Amino acid sequence: MNAELITFYILATLLIVSSLSVIFQRNPIYSALSLVAALFFVAVLFLTLQAPMLAILQILIYAGAIMVIFLFVIMLLNPDAREPRRFLWWGFGSLAAGILALELIALVIPRGAKVWSGGGAVGPDFGSPKKLAESLFTDFMLPFEVASVLLLVALIGIVVLAKREA
Amino acid sequence: MVDLMIIGAKVALVLFMVLNLAGIMGWVERKGSALIQDRIGANRASVFGFAGLGLVNTLLADPIKFLTKEDFIPPRGDRLLHTLAPCLALFPALVTFAVIPFGDVLIIGERTINLQVANINVGILYLFAFGSLGVYGIVIGAWASNNKFSLLGGIRGSAQMISYEIPLGLSIMGILMIYQTLEPQQIVRGQGALLWGWLPAWGIVLQPVAFFLFFTAAVAEAKRIPFDLPEGESELAAGFHTEYSGGKFLMFFTAEFAEMVTAAALITTLFFGGWQVPYLMGDGFHFPWGSTLPLPHLTVVVLQVAAFITKVFFFSWLFILLRWTVPRFRYDQVMRLGWKMLLPLSLVNLVVTAVVIVVWDF
Amino acid sequence: MLSLNYYLALSALIFAIGVMGVIIRRNLIIIMMSIELMLNAVNLAFVALARSHGSMDGQTIVVFVMAVAAAEAVVGLAIVITVFRQRQTLDPQEMQLLKG
Repeated sequence: MNAELITFYILATLLIVSSLSVIFQRNPIYSALSLVAALFFVAVLFLTLQAPMLAILQILIYAGAIMVIFLFVIMLLNPDAREPRRFLWWGFGSLAAGILALELIALVIPRGAKVWSGGGAVGPDFGSPKKLAESLFTDFMLPFEVASVLLLVALIGIVVLAKREA
Repeated sequence: MVDLMIIGAKVALVLFMVLNLAGIMGWVERKGSALIQDRIGANRASVFGFAGLGLVNTLLADPIKFLTKEDFIPPRGDRLLHTLAPCLALFPALVTFAVIPFGDVLIIGERTINLQVANINVGILYLFAFGSLGVYGIVIGAWASNNKFSLLGGIRGSAQMISYEIPLGLSIMGILMIYQTLEPQQIVRGQGALLWGWLPAWGIVLQPVAFFLFFTAAVAEAKRIPFDLPEGESELAAGFHTEYSGGKFLMFFTAEFAEMVTAAALITTLFFGGWQVPYLMGDGFHFPWGSTLPLPHLTVVVLQVAAFITKVFFFSWLFILLRWTVPRFRYDQVMRLGWKMLLPLSLVNLVVTAVVIVVWDF
Repeated sequence: MLSLNYYLALSALIFAIGVMGVIIRRNLIIIMMSIELMLNAVNLAFVALARSHGSMDGQTIVVFVMAVAAAEAVVGLAIVITVFRQRQTLDPQEMQLLKG
């Protein structure tokens, strides 16, 4: 057991627990806060994978903006926390998710071993803002522009959707 | 081992500095408001009527008063979240200071100590990422109180802080383009250059519009008057912290002043040269008219740190001055200012800066 | 450096948890949060593969996933608000006016 493995196990446990908490909490506010915690642990996992820029973006965009909007909507609507629990449906959901998890793990593990190209092969500035920007503005220039159009469309769309008829 | 101790010492020093500055600002605010409104102000906490010690006494008396008060949790509220909220409010205000450089390097013997807690290559973004988490304290605290005034304050706060984050981030893009880095220490070093041989290349000189946009957005982010809509004591009791008392209120109170100090430090770092003293190089003053004044290394470092603290003090004082001078906005005015004034202006500023950089190859 | 498998297995687990949330919950907001969880699981896999291949492409794609996630979340929440105004509920089972 080296330090990296221990760190990974701690983070993985925290991530799984907070993810389960997202879907099992009755109260949407607690769900949202669990999701914020889960996003944090994902950001730390990004750091262990040499993606500091993405870790910061994860906190800035997800935790700082998207989740605040979720909380805002939950507080605005203040919905009834009770919802019917049907045990048949729960059993089916758990079973489906379990099978999916097993299949995905069975699928990725042999592949993972094959594509693994050994650690330490990347430079120290891997994942830095500069590298990310180089990739974003050369190879991914067109998707980048399309993404900006997408965000503009979403912006106009929500104004139209959420605005009350005057 | 020694490295770890140095890092520990830096963390302790910065925390000491921020918390004490926050406490001092609490006192300065009372005295400053008294000065502006032509009254005496806080003078009860003095030893044998010696008002000169008022600062020290207030620093001690305030926490004692708060900590000995009843810690009230609303019976229909949420116990866990009610306790968590003040911690969430204080946390971002304290951690953001980690990337702000309070001095250049300090050289002791063989060792070079960077006077900044953490030098990371995404420093500015780190500041914004953790700064953006400050809204959680308000929202959670407001919701957990189970009070309609708190909830209104929380909803106002979340909408306001999300809205003003955009001009806050966009206004410094020009700075980032000019100094071509995301590291606060590099930005401060870049501001040590001289334009035309005599004018320090501070952010305010190169990006004056951005400074005003950033300052406005920073006041809104720190929820200070004229943007204290989440609190709005004349309409919402005390807004999001209506149901808070005792130690938890002290944490909200400290968080507000710590946020103010952090905002002042950020303005200093980005627009006013951080620890730079005009014409002070690593080995002493080099005046533009040719004369030099050599100084020992330690003196230079002390001067730089003192310059940084003075500038931070100045901007914190500006925040206080603003609070006791202008009235509060109406909510629709806040939103209009953010979306229809600051956002377009910061975009125009960004485009103009980019064009100037490309055309004149700055 | 850890093997890639750890990260991929974790990513698969989180994805499955997200799927489970979508199936079992009957609250639109929590269903949307489960979708965010699945997107994050995919992001984790992308970043792990980028590290493993030593290529920035994986990390760049994560930026796009984040942009799409932001657009999806705000549009989805706007729809949720509109639906709630009409029907005073967040239960997707109640939204079946077209069912004849």
